[in-house]
Parts: sequence; C-alpha cells; structure tokens
Amino acid sequence: MKTTLKYVLYSLIVLLFILHNDFWFWETPQIILGLPVGLLYHIMYCLAASLLMFCLVKFVRREK
Amino acid sequence: MILAIIIIYLGLVLSLGILSHKFFRNTGEDYFVASRNINWFMLLMSLFGTHMTAFSILGASGEAYHRGIGVFALMASSSAIIVPCVFLFIGTRLWRLGKRFGYMTQVQYFRDRWESNGLGLLLFIVLVLLLIPYLLIGVMGGGDTLAKITENTIPQWLGGLLICAVVLCYVTYSGMRGTAWVNTFQTLIFMVLGGVTFVVIMYRMDGFSSALSKVDPSLLMQADHIKPLELLTYTCIPLSVGMFPHIFSHCLTAKDVETFRYPIIFYPICIAIVWIPSVLLGILGNVNFPSLEGPQANTVLIQMIRQHAPGVLAGFLGAGVFAAIMSSLDSQSLSLGSMFTHDIVRPYLRKRGQEQMSEKQQVRIGRLFVIGILSITYIISLIATPSIFKLAIWSFTGFSGLFPIVVAALFWKRSTKLGVFTSIISVILLWLYFFLQNWQTAGYSVGGTGIMPVAVIIFVSTSTLIIVSLFTQPPSSDTIEKFFTN
Repeated sequence: MKTTLKYVLYSLIVLLFILHNDFWFWETPQIILGLPVGLLYHIMYCLAASLLMFCLVKFVRREK
Repeated sequence: MILAIIIIYLGLVLSLGILSHKFFRNTGEDYFVASRNINWFMLLMSLFGTHMTAFSILGASGEAYHRGIGVFALMASSSAIIVPCVFLFIGTRLWRLGKRFGYMTQVQYFRDRWESNGLGLLLFIVLVLLLIPYLLIGVMGGGDTLAKITENTIPQWLGGLLICAVVLCYVTYSGMRGTAWVNTFQTLIFMVLGGVTFVVIMYRMDGFSSALSKVDPSLLMQADHIKPLELLTYTCIPLSVGMFPHIFSHCLTAKDVETFRYPIIFYPICIAIVWIPSVLLGILGNVNFPSLEGPQANTVLIQMIRQHAPGVLAGFLGAGVFAAIMSSLDSQSLSLGSMFTHDIVRPYLRKRGQEQMSEKQQVRIGRLFVIGILSITYIISLIATPSIFKLAIWSFTGFSGLFPIVVAALFWKRSTKLGVFTSIISVILLWLYFFLQNWQTAGYSVGGTGIMPVAVIIFVSTSTLIIVSLFTQPPSSDTIEKFFTN
C-alpha cells in the first residue's frame, strides 16, 4: 500500500511538471477573480505544489 | 527620511548578527554550519532568503514590464515545483552524508565519493568561478539601487561599501549562526515589504482592477512574449540550487532530517508571496511609464515608488532590496570561505604532514578568507561594467549544468570519476561556447527556438557522464559500501 502511494505521489510530481506548461491559457487575457487567468493558474499551481510536497513529506519521507 | 530608514535597518541587521555571537562555540563546525542545529523556521527563511536575490524584487518587475504575466510562470512557479523537490530528494540526503562524515563543503563529498583529489580541485575552481559574478551582481546592484533611491545622495561606491562592510562584520564575527539569524530577519523583511509596497501603490492608483484595465492585454497572457519551448526548458534553471555551494552550506545547518519538512512544504508559498507583487507591479508600471527601453525597466519599481509613495516607502524599498542582497551575499561569502578552508588549506596542510587543523585555526582561516573574498568583490565591483548583470542567467546556467553530478553521486553507484570529469569538461566547453557567442544577446535561445542553452548543457553533461562511466572503472567496493550502506 505504501509503495503504491509512493508511486502515485511520484507520478503526481511528473504530472505537475507537465501541467506547468499551460498552453491552454496561452492566448487568454481574461480576468478571473480580479487576476489575469494565466497568472491565477500559476498562483494556484504554487499552492498545488505546496500540497503535493505536504503529501510527499508526510507519506513518503516518513517511512524512511 | 530614506537615509534614516536605511541606516536604522543596517543597524538592526548588524545588532542581530552580533547578538548571535553569544551562542558561538568557537569551533569550525559552529562557524561554518552552526553546529548543525538550526530549526525549521530559520532553515526555511535562510534557504529562501539565500536563494532569492535582488533580482526577485527589481529584476522580476523589470522583466514583467516587458514580458507580462508569463514571467511568473517562467521564473517563479517553475521554482515552486523544482526547488522543493531538490531539497526533498537531494538536500536531505546531502544532510545525512554531511552529518555522518563531517562534511562542510560539496567538494569534500565529491572528492571522497569518486576517490579523486583532482576532481575535487576542478570542481572547486568551477564553482568559485561561477559564484564570483553572482557576488559582484549583489554588491553592484545594491549600490546602484541605493544611488537611484536617494537620487545619488549615496553614490554607488558608498552603497556597495556599506553592504560589504555590514556583511563582513556579522559573517566574520558570528559565522553561519549569525548568517542564519540575519537571513531570517531579512527574508521576513523583504517578504512583508513587497506586499506593503504593492498595497500602497494600488491604493494610490485607484485600485488594482482600475490599474489593470489600462494595461496592454498582450501583457496579460503569454502568447506574444514567451515561446512554449522557453517555458519548458527554463525549468532546468532552478536545478542550480542542487549545486549552489551556499545552499549546500545551509542544508548542512539543519538540526535533523525532519527539519526539512516545513521548508519543503512552504517553499512554493514563499515564492508566490515574493513574486506576485513584483510581477504585478512590473506590469502595472506600463501604465505610468510606458516607454522604458531594455534594462531601464529594472528601475520601474523605484520609479513607481517615487511617483506614488516617495519618502518612507522608498526607504522601506531600499531596506527590502538590501535585505534580499545581503541575505545572499553573506551565505555566498561564508560558503566560499568554507571552501577555501576545507578544500584548499586543509588538503595542503595534510600534504605537509599536519593531519588536523585545530578548531580555532579553522575559524581563524575561515574568517580571513571571508574578509579577503568580500574585499576583492568590492574592489572588482568598482571597476566592473554594468554589463556584468547579464552574467546572472549564465551563472545559473553553469550551476544547473553541473546538477547531473550530484544526482549521480547520490543515486548511481556505477558512476565513475572519469565520467564525472568528462561531464564537467563538457559543461565548461558548452558553457563557454554559448556564453562567448551570445552573452550580449538578451533572451537568447538556441537557434531562436526558445530552447534555453541550459537544457542542451544538461542533456550533454548527463549523456557524457553515463557513457564514459559505463566504459571506465567504477569506485572501489569500500567506497560504494561507505556511501550506499546505511
């Protein structure tokens, strides 16, 4: 179970790395929640990275 | 008023550095790595403050002025995923090895890992040469900013001298503990002041939405200013943290491996806190100052403060920039002092038959080197031209190119000294090739495709390391056992 979780979390790192390339907002100057959508996306991205690090530290590093 | 705030700030920094000396144990380990006893909050602030330079405040706003919101994706959110991963997978392992074998520098580890003094010496030279422009940029950038904020009341040479003198005092007197204390304070300062500056300027510009509606829409998306391949390959730049000597030194200061937990979790949030105001203020600078050309845009933040909130806020901005610069400069000069002491003087004394340096000797030599490094940096800063600022990205590129070495050291038993040696040579040659041809070209990419030179360098250095290692003799079984057995 722990090994599976570890690989899921490692896969999420790769997924998050891929999601960094936000081509879907490439040509969108739209404002959402008062911010340009491309910037809002990357702010949320930072929060997602923090959350993923929390999971990695809690579930993967502890067993070592 | 501006001067008063800056002088009070420098006084506070100095007092804090000197105060930390009360806990100084007068040992080499305490001077260079604070007896490996730093808690998680100070580790987070030290790592973050050391990594972020004045570029995160002034350079980021200047870049965003020209290239819009894409700068956040390019330089900030890429670090938000890469840097914590480097701390998690590399930093914690380096800490364990440092604790177990008493290492204080990267070169000590690499020298033992591949049983080669020559390799250690080559790495030492490369790391020092890459770090020097980084030091210079800090001193020159700080002096320049202070001159602009005070409208030349404090000339650039005096600003640079002030920065060097203050750093010199607390680094030589209190070593890594003083550096960690001061870094914690300074990082908090520039994180808070960025936000305060943003709020005040937005208030004076009749609100954020109103100001944003006046900006050219092309700055609110990435299409016109950043190529997809640039965004993809720029993620190689933050890998440089894995090879920065000053980041390595800070990693060794952690109390235990658990100390890394919160720095790893909160690092992406700290990045967002510093970069969001910088990038947004850079973009909004187009509203008030629509015709800044090239590097002139790096002054956009200073100009906005002059227009919207002169006096106190300008003083605070000066303090914030000083904080960002000094929190990197102190760690860099201390790590260089540590490298000269442990990678040059120690092996030299050993060759002459003196097996161990006394603790006092280590501290004394370390202090002398810190004084020498800061003095030389200051003197060069007086004669260097402003084009030195273009070296920043190249310095990062060089460190990133060396990243495969630390990965091989930690994870690949079969890697050999010849493999690593040729990998370093490939980094040097490619770096020189790209640098000599293109260092004057802003935003250079390979063949204009958007691919950053760093991606090519990493690819070649990794391939070289793997191929040559497979055909050469691996390290002895004793060494493999030493580093890969718990």
